[in-house]
Order: sequence, then C-alpha cells, then structure tokens
Amino acid sequence: MKKVEAIVRHFKLEDVKSAITEVGIQGMTVTEVRGFGRQKGHKETYRGAEYIVDFMPKVKLEVVVGDDNLDKLVEAIVKAARTGQVGDGKIFVSNIDQVVRIRTGEQDGEAL
Amino acid sequence: MVDRCCRLLLLILFLFTAPVVSQVHGQDDNGDVGAEAEAVGSAGQTAEVSMDDEPAEINSGDIAWMLVSISFVLLMTCPGLALFYGGLVRKKNILSVMMQCVFLMGVMSVLWAVVGYSLAFSPPLIEGFDIVGGFDHVLLKDVSPSAGAGGSTDHMAMDQITVAFQGMFFIITPALICGAFAERMRFSTMAVFSVAWGPLIYCPIAHWVWSSTGWLSEFNEEANALFAEGSDAGFYFPAIDFAGGLVVHISSGISALVCALLIGKRRGFPHEPMPPHNLTYTCIGTGLLWVGWFGFNGGSAGAANGSAVNAVLATHLAASAGVLGWSLLEVIKYGKASILGACSGAVAGLVCITPAAGSVHPISGIWMGILAGIVCFLFCTTIKNKFGYDDSLDAFGVHGVGGTLGALLTGVFATSVITGKSHSSGLIDGNSEQILIQLVSVAAAVIFSAVGTVLIAKVLDAAMGLRVDEEQEVQGLDLSQHGEDGYIFQ
Repeated sequence: MKKVEAIVRHFKLEDVKSAITEVGIQGMTVTEVRGFGRQKGHKETYRGAEYIVDFMPKVKLEVVVGDDNLDKLVEAIVKAARTGQVGDGKIFVSNIDQVVRIRTGEQDGEAL
Repeated sequence: MVDRCCRLLLLILFLFTAPVVSQVHGQDDNGDVGAEAEAVGSAGQTAEVSMDDEPAEINSGDIAWMLVSISFVLLMTCPGLALFYGGLVRKKNILSVMMQCVFLMGVMSVLWAVVGYSLAFSPPLIEGFDIVGGFDHVLLKDVSPSAGAGGSTDHMAMDQITVAFQGMFFIITPALICGAFAERMRFSTMAVFSVAWGPLIYCPIAHWVWSSTGWLSEFNEEANALFAEGSDAGFYFPAIDFAGGLVVHISSGISALVCALLIGKRRGFPHEPMPPHNLTYTCIGTGLLWVGWFGFNGGSAGAANGSAVNAVLATHLAASAGVLGWSLLEVIKYGKASILGACSGAVAGLVCITPAAGSVHPISGIWMGILAGIVCFLFCTTIKNKFGYDDSLDAFGVHGVGGTLGALLTGVFATSVITGKSHSSGLIDGNSEQILIQLVSVAAAVIFSAVGTVLIAKVLDAAMGLRVDEEQEVQGLDLSQHGEDGYIFQ
C-alpha cells in the first residue's frame, strides 16, 4: 500500500479531485499548507513596514491506495494539477504498513 | 447660555453676509471690535444684542442633536477604535485591544461622573492659581438634569448634556494612547495608568482650554469682559480648539510617544513580521470613526445650528482630503495605494480638523486634510523608521502630529466669517497673533502631557511594571492577560 501526498495549487483542487474519482479512488484528505520551492514570494507594505512573504499558500492531498492503483493515481494528479508554471507542486509517495477502517475493523486491502 | 451665544452668532453671521469685512477688525485685539461680537465671548455678563426676551433654554432640536452626538462619540470608541486598532495588531492580541476600549468605557465614565467633570469644569481648585477645577461638582453635584436651568455662568450650561458629551471625550482620549503600547502593556497597569492620567493630565488641559476660567480658553469670562472694556487681559492666550485638538489629540499623542519610548519595542520588532491581522476590521472601524466624528466635531457646537453644520462639512472634507493626501504619497513612494493608507489618511484629516471645525471655511478643511495626510504619512513611515521607535499603531504619528498640525493651521485658517467673532480669526483674515497663541497652547499641552506622563509611567513601572514578561508577550495578551481566544473556529 502506498501513500500519495500531493501539494498542488488551491484553484486546482477541484480538478484534481474529479480526476482522482474518475480513476476509481474513493477518498482523500485535504489540508491547507504554506510552503515554497522555486516559486518566489511577494512583498507587502503596511504603513511603511515592508514584509517579504516567502511562503505561498498551497493545498496538500493525501490518498492511500493499493500498489496496483498507484501509477494511474499519480498520472491523474499530475495531468489535472499541471499548469506548466513554476509553483505547480510536488508528489511524494511513501510506503504504508497498515490501514484500518474504524467502523468495521477491516484491515489493509479491505480497508482501502 | 449656549443657546444665547449661538443665536448671537447666527445674528452676526447674518449681518456680515456682505463681502468679508474681517480685515478691518482683524489686527486689533484690545479694542475697536463690535459690541455684539464681544458679547458672544462674555457669556452674557455685559449688555448684549438678543434676538428675543425668553430665558436661555436649549430647544429640543439642540437636545436631540447633542444626544445623537453623544452616541456617535461613544460609537467611535467601541466599536470604531476597537476595530480600527484591533485589526492592526496580531491575531493573538485582538481581544486585548478590544478589552482596553471596553474597560476604559467602564472606568473612565464612572471616573468622569465622580470627579473628572468637576476637575475639568469647576471653578479653580486654588483661587488665583488656576490650573485645574475644584471639587464643586463631584458626583455631579449642582449639575441640573435639564439644559439651561442650572443658572451657571460657565459657557457650557451646567447640565447633563455637557457631562455626557464631554465624558465621551474623556473615554476615547486614553483609549487612543493604547495604540502606542499595544501588544505588550500589562492590563492592570494600563487601567491604573488611565485612572491617573485622566484626572491628572486630561482634566487640567480641558480646564485650560474649555472652562470659563482657563488661561487658554476663548470662553474665559474675566478675560472677555476685560477685552470688552478695551483692557488687557494679562496672561491669557485664547486658543481656538473647537473639539479637542489640544485636549484630546495632542495630549494623547504626546503621551503615547512617551509611553512607547518608556515601555520599549515589541519583542522581535522590527525584524519579525507583524503585519495587521485583519485590515477589514480596520476599514470598518474607519467608517465608524469618520461618521462618529460628525458627532465629535458637530456636537462641539453645543447646539443644532450653523456652527454644527459648518463643523460637520469641514470635518467630512478634511477626512476626504486626508484619504487623497496619504494615498497620493503612497503611490509616489510605493507605487500602490493601500486600504491602510486610505484609512490612515482619513483619520489624519479628521484629527487635523478637530480644533478648527467651527472656525474655518469647509474648503479650508480640504487643505488641512491634504496636509495632514502628507505630514502624518511622513511621520508614520520615514520618520518613525528613521528613529526606530515602536509606536505600534501610530498614536503619536496620527494624533500627536495631526493634532499639532491642526492646532497650528487653525491659527492660519480661522476666519471671523465663520466664527462670527471678530477677534477669533486667523492669518487669512490678516490676524497674525492667533497662530502665536496656538503655538503657546500647543507648547503647553505638549510639555504638560510629556512631563506628566513620564512621571505617572515611571511611578507605575516601579510599582507594578508597565510591560508583560516575555513569555506572556509571545503567548499573546488575549491568553496571558484575559484567558481568552479571539477566534475559535471549529
């Protein structure tokens, strides 16, 4: 089982969600995050006090899938989230040891 | 009493609607002024032209306007100032700002009724050495419930209207000072500071400028009577301060600077980013302050009359011009006009017109507003950055500087066409003495406020500590001083 963490632009969230559900994935978790990579920040000025704001607001999606669904999930996210501009985001894939559905107690593959 | 003076004012304005004749009267202070004009200042003790024979009684229109003004000025403190200042601080300190406003409403109102009003408006505490009023009206003794029936010779009828209206000023003035030490002042010390500052600093200055015996007061009965006879009134400088440029803005602005210097910079200032957490609040607060100021200045006419209308129009134009002046400088310096700049400019214009609203032509309000926007912008940005002091919410930069500018410009733009009093005029009428009088009054207010605040603050710092400790400051005052969180979004 694999965990896919994707950091994407805010306005791409709906597109990514649609793309994921289209390939058959049924759940995801979303958090609001701030970060920066190569995308430059911006400057704000308040009564003469200047601030350089490096952190850009982004959205992080987390989806856990079976190994056989991994590739189509990643491909779907990339296609939906890409604009071609610096700041499109990144995807991180890591291993998951155990999954449990709380309501029923089902484990691993049955819990996905 | 107020009504008699105002009817006189109207009569004089009516008589002088012909081309401005003020140049003829402008130069002479001691004599050669019309008997009608003198009677205005003397609060009815000499023979005067009166429009009718009935006893002075404020009519229901005046009372209604004053009640509205009283309400407007209180709205300026809460939620006007609460939102304006509140939006400028960091999220963790929003409630501390609001608490300062609300608590001051509580404590200063009671203090005013108990002793503040008396200290400001009673006859002198020490006969022959008049720096503050006495205790004649402690607990509002001898203050009549209805206007005009008190029989007092003070220029403002000893009545509850005056108590209520002036009391709102007594509340908002220390609330303005809070802008200087926001985000690091110990709440208990702020409370004690305000309770000391009000009677010790505000009341004497109000007494000097607005009582019938004050040495800076244009309503000084003894001095005006001497003028009427053509004698010299001695150590007397009748400053024009319509609604509190000296009493409210300079006093609070200078005291704010002193406090900011004594309490020190916020932890992390200026390297750590501390942008306003919610400029939408600041903007809403600005609207409340702007409209509320119509009561602040308009109500200072004491009646629903031409002076009030002139004050409201001049006030509005000054605010508008302040927006433009500040925004213009922002565009020049940063390439963008900001909402914080526009709001700050509006307030700067409002502060500036406060001493002048009843004596200048509304168009002069535009010039004053633009200048206030420009000058206050420079003080809040260039000069503050240059000297590096942390006047967190620019209480000095806007109120201290704007008030000083306004008081001095009043000496320029005041005109007897608007005041109706030939000796109450400025440079544009050819009278170069008023601006010097304004300068004296500004110096007095500045020095007294500065020295007095240093003393009070130093004593309290030793006794209680001005500042919260580092951990409390980092945690935020809402939690450390009040045990609350402003925004609990589930």
